[in-house]
Amino acid sequence: MSMTTATIRVTGSRLAPALFAACLGLTVLFVAGHVQTATLHGAAHDTRHANGFPCH
Amino acid sequence: MFSRILTSALLAGAGAGLIAAFLQLWFLQPVLLHAELYEQGRLVHFGAASAVPAHLDLGGLDPLRDGLTLFFTLLIYAGYALLLVALMSLAEQRGVAITARSGLVWGLAGFAVLHLAPGFSLAPEVPGVAAAAVGPRQIWWFVTVFAAGGAAWLIAFGGSWRAWGAAVLLLLAPHVVGAPEPDHFAGTAPPELAALFAARSYGVAMAGWVLLGVLAGYFWSREAA
Repeated sequence: MSMTTATIRVTGSRLAPALFAACLGLTVLFVAGHVQTATLHGAAHDTRHANGFPCH
Repeated sequence: MFSRILTSALLAGAGAGLIAAFLQLWFLQPVLLHAELYEQGRLVHFGAASAVPAHLDLGGLDPLRDGLTLFFTLLIYAGYALLLVALMSLAEQRGVAITARSGLVWGLAGFAVLHLAPGFSLAPEVPGVAAAAVGPRQIWWFVTVFAAGGAAWLIAFGGSWRAWGAAVLLLLAPHVVGAPEPDHFAGTAPPELAALFAARSYGVAMAGWVLLGVLAGYFWSREAA
């Protein structure tokens, strides 16, 4: 009978870089998709509508 | 690790964002421009003396306006991609294989979380439809997206009936509470245009997200080599 042993090697925590990347992504989505200053709203207007974000 | 996430996300976001922007300008922009004429009162479809034709010459490309749409679509897809690849990296740490093929399912999940879930009660809006104040709608949108994201993770990796039950509750709760709605129906855009816009918005987003998932899976697995 043979036995296979699977080993998962954890090369340092991925949590911190993943969290940082996710926060960066959310910030981009918030600024480009949701901030209601007149300039940003005007410039991103069509993209916001197309992506289903609440626009105005 | 962060540079691997960033590289994969930016490459995938650029590829998917470019195609999504192209589809958006081709299929959505004419509907949006047409609806804006009703929003601005330059066209009226109810109570008009004569019937309003459904087809209209809306002009060609507008370099500045369409350029901004391209820029912001690339930006939004970079944001989507950063979220997606960050979660892919965490899943891989738990022993989940990330490939271009599995990325397709990740992309479909992203579409469901960021478009279908909030859109179920807050449909994609064409200009010229009535809606509640924008602030409460944005808060509801973010809460719903977070709830649906948590639900998608639990469905995929929860592995127990308790987790799947919690996922169902997370998916249902925002819609049971309800999205902010307008007090009166006062939209000026024809329902035909509003329906077409919502349907095409989903179609473009689904194509963009499937491509984003496949590209993110491809670049993520390639960066490991």
